[in-house]
Amino acid sequence: MRYEGRIDLSMTKKTHRGQPRIFRDPKAGPISRALPLFPLQPVLRRIVRHVAKIHPELFERLETGAFKTFLIDAKGIPFLLVLKPDPNSPTLVARSRHDEIQYDVLVSGKFSTLLQMIDSKSDSDALFFNRNILISGDTEAILLLRNALDDMDTTLADDVATAFGPLAKPMRASINLANRITGARA
Amino acid sequence: MTQFEKPELVCPAGTPASLRTAVDAGADAVYCGFKGPTNARNFSGLNFTKAELSESVKYAHDRDAIVLAAINSFPTAGRTDLWKNSVDDAVELGLDAVIIADIGMAQYVAREHPDQRLHLSVQAGASSPEAINYYVEQFGVKRVVLPRILTVAEIKRVHDAIDCEIEAFVFGNIGMMAEGRCSLTNYVTGVSTNMDGVCSPASHVEYEPDENENLTTRLGEFAIDCISCGETAGYPTICKGRYDTAIKKNYYAFEEPISLNLTRLLPDLIKAGVTALKIEGRQRSRAYIRSVVSSFREAIDAYAAGDEPDISQLIALTEGGKETEGAFKSKTWR
Repeated sequence: MRYEGRIDLSMTKKTHRGQPRIFRDPKAGPISRALPLFPLQPVLRRIVRHVAKIHPELFERLETGAFKTFLIDAKGIPFLLVLKPDPNSPTLVARSRHDEIQYDVLVSGKFSTLLQMIDSKSDSDALFFNRNILISGDTEAILLLRNALDDMDTTLADDVATAFGPLAKPMRASINLANRITGARA
Repeated sequence: MTQFEKPELVCPAGTPASLRTAVDAGADAVYCGFKGPTNARNFSGLNFTKAELSESVKYAHDRDAIVLAAINSFPTAGRTDLWKNSVDDAVELGLDAVIIADIGMAQYVAREHPDQRLHLSVQAGASSPEAINYYVEQFGVKRVVLPRILTVAEIKRVHDAIDCEIEAFVFGNIGMMAEGRCSLTNYVTGVSTNMDGVCSPASHVEYEPDENENLTTRLGEFAIDCISCGETAGYPTICKGRYDTAIKKNYYAFEEPISLNLTRLLPDLIKAGVTALKIEGRQRSRAYIRSVVSSFREAIDAYAAGDEPDISQLIALTEGGKETEGAFKSKTWR
């Protein structure tokens, strides 16, 4: 399907820019409903708090983006991630795909693609140009987050490793496994 | 392939990590800007504080690379101190050159910092020997960054008629605008590319996907493109949008999403007298910087050694997955 782009001075449609949106996934399957997410929450909490602790400079570059809600839809993963990078209380939680979730920015793509973007192994502009990732909502907030993450020299795998000490190896293996599975499936 | 003296590879950096990446990937020079409207890539979350730039200059100098300060937007009345302070900071931090576009800033640098090396930004839009020589004679400009509107033959003629170095873009964003004169963003958003330093500010950009992953791109209140699922996208700029015109429907009326790539013309550019090869993209990620800079490093080294470089990987980083040699090859590329 191809739409026709146009500059139309009579256009009256109002955008949602600057206002939170509601996410609903009409394609959410039964696995997502049955999946218990509570074992995951302390792991995610530990990761986000650790990253915030070892990368305080992240928040300087995040500016107003620190107070936005980022909804991460990793294709092939049976749940969603909600990131609120507030420097005073950063949170990363898993949510069911059956939930209605309020967000400012939605980022979606394969888990492996999103991981490569976070770790600056792939260029996010090129991923966007080639439609490997999709973003909607507050574009300024996602740009702030992208630039803040891009200024970090470490990778997420590195940070997970330091966050979990002796458990780093299984955590890293889990990330690699999810990467392989979702990279192949999604 | 004829062997030649290696030109300076000038690379972009929007963050300290990008600067380190550019240096490590083989940049001879890195250009960057301070946070705020004094440079032409004033995007959200981008650019350097004074402290960050100080550390970055040290990092580059320790590895025999130089750093150029882009202070290349145009100060408006009542705000000139911001630009002057940026120039003073750049000089204090030991930046190897200051890149300016505004004639008043050229005068300020020449008067207050006569020993500071001065480059003329592409934003000045100086493309004739008369314009360039004026800046050379009046302000001691040592290098001009040429607008992307000249053929290689025209660059050679300019080179023969001026008394300063030439820097030419070889990769990255390309548009149909007259450099430093484009007011399209200003018309739609009220924010000026040339005076606020930002084209299509993210605060005014919105992507609206539908259930089939078709994507409408809006700037301000205007839809500037609607991209079908599976179709490649471009930057959300008016000059890369599709419109219904009297000639055609759903038409890239200005320019299609495409990137400049002059890898194959490098030997011709150097023969034409180009001293420095510039990669566009301070708004791009470290991954882009790493890949493009290392590719051009290899290409320059290969040409210099009389070999043919492999440039196939660069297409993946182009806008819309397409590349052009633009006006450098022919004025009729569209």
